[in-house]
Amino acid sequence: MNREKIFLTVNEIFREIFDDPELSVTDKTDANDIEDWDSLEQINLLVAMEKKFLIKFSVDDVENLQNVGETVDLIIRKIEEKGDEQL
Amino acid sequence: MFSYPFDSSSIMLKKRSLKRELLKKEGLIEKRIAILSGTTIGEVKNILELFLLDSGIKPEFFEGEYGRYYEDLVFENTELREFEPDIIYIHTGIHNISNFPVAGSDEQTAKGLFLAEWNRFEEAISSAVAYGCPVVANNFEYPAVRVLGNRENYDVSGKVRFINELNLKLADFARLNEGLFINDINYLSALYGLEKWSDPTYYNSYKYGLNPDAIPLLCHSVSSIIKSIFGRNKKVLLLDLDNTLWGGVIGDDGVDGIELGIENPSGIAYSDLQRYAKELKGIGVLLGVVSKNEEGTAKSGFDHPSAILSADDFSVFIANWEDKASNIKRAAEILNLGSDSFVFADDNPAERELVEHSGLGVAVAKYTVPERFAENISRSGYFEATSMSEEDLIRAEMYSQNAMRESEKSRFSDYGEYLSSLEMKAGVGTFAERKQKRITQLINKTNQFNPTTRRYTEDEISEIEVDENYIKISARLEDKFGDNGIVCALIAKCRDKTATIELFVMSCRVFKRDLEKAVFDKLVETAVSKGIEAIEASYIRTPKNGFVETLYPDLGFLLFDESGEEKKYRYEIEKDYLKKNKHIEVMDE
Repeated sequence: MNREKIFLTVNEIFREIFDDPELSVTDKTDANDIEDWDSLEQINLLVAMEKKFLIKFSVDDVENLQNVGETVDLIIRKIEEKGDEQL
Repeated sequence: MFSYPFDSSSIMLKKRSLKRELLKKEGLIEKRIAILSGTTIGEVKNILELFLLDSGIKPEFFEGEYGRYYEDLVFENTELREFEPDIIYIHTGIHNISNFPVAGSDEQTAKGLFLAEWNRFEEAISSAVAYGCPVVANNFEYPAVRVLGNRENYDVSGKVRFINELNLKLADFARLNEGLFINDINYLSALYGLEKWSDPTYYNSYKYGLNPDAIPLLCHSVSSIIKSIFGRNKKVLLLDLDNTLWGGVIGDDGVDGIELGIENPSGIAYSDLQRYAKELKGIGVLLGVVSKNEEGTAKSGFDHPSAILSADDFSVFIANWEDKASNIKRAAEILNLGSDSFVFADDNPAERELVEHSGLGVAVAKYTVPERFAENISRSGYFEATSMSEEDLIRAEMYSQNAMRESEKSRFSDYGEYLSSLEMKAGVGTFAERKQKRITQLINKTNQFNPTTRRYTEDEISEIEVDENYIKISARLEDKFGDNGIVCALIAKCRDKTATIELFVMSCRVFKRDLEKAVFDKLVETAVSKGIEAIEASYIRTPKNGFVETLYPDLGFLLFDESGEEKKYRYEIEKDYLKKNKHIEVMDE
């Protein structure tokens, strides 16, 4: 799965959670840009991503995530790590 | 979406759009729910709201301070008091235990710690109960780490043993406190899988007491309790026969050919469902059959030597070749219950689909394989048993008596003659303590004969009983076929020379028996003795109470005000009031 595809899937999760079919996030989008994006929704977003990509974030992984771009990079890293384990 | 097994991720993901849809439902009742926090409650609140809306309850929430359930409850809390909660839910769990014994502690130390812990929870829960509304409290899930391994279960310092004792203590406390209901997270976490439930990421990073993925399971459980308390339980389980209550087709295979009983692996599944249904009947759930079969053939299935149910266990038995939606409508007429109080269980996906989209409001149980049918129905919380009154235990029998009365009716040409032939006797009184549980249940379950749809808690009923400003009447009705128990209640508030009826409910079991006239006579008699000269009442239309739209005009009231869905009526008591009831002998009790 390339970054663009992952990004589209992540955007879809944002649309569902914030109930806004028009929403388009960018790498720079952060909690200040979306009114309902509070700490609770941050958790919901991460849990939804874990389920969607069949990965598991650790406490350290999620501690300092600043924006959507960093989250997508984290997803890519987790998918790659998982791939390594399977080898 | 909301019946078990449900898709947790979809519910969490789509909560906003789901809420938007659910808010469109008609006939929602509003309830104020206070959630007290042991761990993070934000999302618990959001998801609980969805499940409650799905059960017809529109919640308004009070959120306690994070982690301060004890302080919020034990100390004077003006905010909570002014909120006037209808329900208090205490969301605690193992993270709120602060006095676990260290592995290897001696018995005395462990006992001391246990007592300290129990006293703290008991104090918090008792303080919640003192608010006078029903309280729902979590019990405790098992620890993720076992220092002693299996010995944790029986060593005096074992944490597993500690949890077991705490849960048992809490259970005993709930049995003694009628207003306390346990949300069994010890069971839920086992059902979900403790390893996933207790995933430390979520507590360590976000102070969640459980995996957010399990929040829908938790909230479904809490909402099942709440909707049961407010009389929104289902009342009837309607069952298909072939491949639902037995394996095979009775019309083709005959009673000797169907699969039932322990002789073969698939037969066990059907026996399990029969046993589950039989036990449900024992706690007051009505059973019904809707099956595409000849009636005689259909009933012969229950002659199977391994049958647990008999044909007599069903309050309604419809076997013909008509479509199931029409037959469900007929079942609703026969039982005189709304079809939205029905659960439909059928192995056939086409039938489930048809009933699901029939607009009848019937809950359709999810079906996967025969051996999981009973557990899926049981986990859906349709019949959550928050109270077990004597009425519940004999309900099915009373409905069968009703079927006999129906057949009697056809012998008379004049309805009055029929009513007299029933030899009815009504026992009329106020809200004596022994009656309060049943009266509360009647008030909260009745939607049809209920002009105001006001609900009351058991505490309110006991307050009204001793308040001189209220006229309160309850009525029991018996006839030659048997005793129906308490089936009618009325509350009127007296002010100056007017009594205003705030509540008038009657069980659908005794509709059209003139009991409302007997109760009205009693109201007038009591009112006159208190110097009252007029009675006022209102009818507030809901989707379900069309039956009593003309109740007050029929009793001789005059309309004096009308606004929106509400009509207000007034009745001037005549000096020479003539009793309206002519068919029921009334006794004071």
